[in-house]
Amino acid sequence: MKRQIPLLLVLVFGIFMIFQYFVPHESSEWIYEFFLDWIYIIGIFALALGIWSLIRVSYDKIKYKKPNWQYAVITLAGLFAMILFGFDYGRHFFSAEGLSNYMFRAFFDYILIPIQATMFSLLAFFIASAAYRAFRARSLLATLLLVSALVVMLRFNPYFGPIGPYLEQTASWLLNVPNLAAKRAIIIGIGLGMVATALKVILGIERAYLGKD
Amino acid sequence: MSRTMIILLALVAIVFAVSWAAKSASLDDQYDDYISRGFLITLAAFLTLSILSFLYKDNPFYKFAEHLFVGVSAAYWMSLGFWSTIVGNLIPRLSVTLSAFFKVPHIEDEYALYILPDKVSYFIPVVLGILLLMRLSKKAGWISSWPLAFIVGTTAGLNLVRYLRSDFIEQVSSTFVPLLVDWQGTGRFFSDFNLYAYGQFVTMLGNWVIFIGVLCGLVYFFFSKEHKGIFGGASRVGIWVLMITFGASFGYTVMGRISLLVGRLTFLFHDWLELIG
Repeated sequence: MKRQIPLLLVLVFGIFMIFQYFVPHESSEWIYEFFLDWIYIIGIFALALGIWSLIRVSYDKIKYKKPNWQYAVITLAGLFAMILFGFDYGRHFFSAEGLSNYMFRAFFDYILIPIQATMFSLLAFFIASAAYRAFRARSLLATLLLVSALVVMLRFNPYFGPIGPYLEQTASWLLNVPNLAAKRAIIIGIGLGMVATALKVILGIERAYLGKD
Repeated sequence: MSRTMIILLALVAIVFAVSWAAKSASLDDQYDDYISRGFLITLAAFLTLSILSFLYKDNPFYKFAEHLFVGVSAAYWMSLGFWSTIVGNLIPRLSVTLSAFFKVPHIEDEYALYILPDKVSYFIPVVLGILLLMRLSKKAGWISSWPLAFIVGTTAGLNLVRYLRSDFIEQVSSTFVPLLVDWQGTGRFFSDFNLYAYGQFVTMLGNWVIFIGVLCGLVYFFFSKEHKGIFGGASRVGIWVLMITFGASFGYTVMGRISLLVGRLTFLFHDWLELIG
């Protein structure tokens, strides 16, 4: 019962979503739109579940004084402050004015964006150090990797003078032709893999989402 | 906490306070809220430097910024999800009273001609969402697999058709491009020969590379047959094309990250320190 009903639900909804694609009728589109809306709405409940889990984990860390528990306080402080601002301190709880609250926007612009952008920019250093170790023209394959990476990286460099436009054109050609060819081969592989996985899920062969018990 | 750490924290606090005061003073004639704006810019600079400090090694400042990010971003997405999906889409369809309560315009049944009116239809995901929350209960946790099954089943069905169409059929059909473009004989081809980006030769070369590249790339990923003879040759060409792609993707990613870094440095040296114009 605990496993059969979910498996049956997956089978029914999976097959239904495949068939609705082949039914060019208004009601088919209507049900498709409805199901998409339902997924978004259930997703919000899943988000709430995630937030609860974050609070629980952080609270346990603080309660049992686990290593680095002080940082869990920061996480909870950031979480509750942002929720408070998101709901405009409760002043406008019943309208979406929380999203335009000064502090809510300030937290987004001056905390969320700087940290996120800097974290991603940090990767530039690690990727460059990895490249220094990996990019040695020791074989034909390594040379192809090195040359194409260099051409793409140097394409907008203003110091190449008359070679600059040719470099830019070569980089564009590399990105639009051989890059497209290999990516297309990879995408075809991914597409087939996704179809096989979706079939396995619908037919109940793949059941990892149900957990162990 | 070690003595060095206390001194370092005190130093950072002093620098922060000085920067806040200096920034607020410099914004005095531009904004009414110059004190809070000065604080926020200093905070953003502090967080940027905290994350960059990871280049030296993992440290308390990096951990502080990292943990703050987790909490703030979780709450941001929750607030956004609540206001846009629950209040923006769900409540207006559920009831007139609730819509008035949340000050959102009520939406009448859009699909009233069909089997279920909107009100009933939109109660179903609410029930499924509540069932999902049952995961928190030890006894009734198993029931949360029902809404999960709905999401998994619907997404699997959707993905099967979508990926088959966009990642397989569309890609295969786009690969079969004309290998002889605007062909009017060998003589004409050589007399009009040029290396212009949209010229006959470059277009034809591109089409050949795409066709052979996709075919050889697929051969490289086909592991059910030993890569020997013609098959091995095609596989070798496939790995060449793949290497060019990996190099180009690498270069593209590096440039993206560098542009983000430039953005952060511009913020530090222009918006915060005002050293560059």
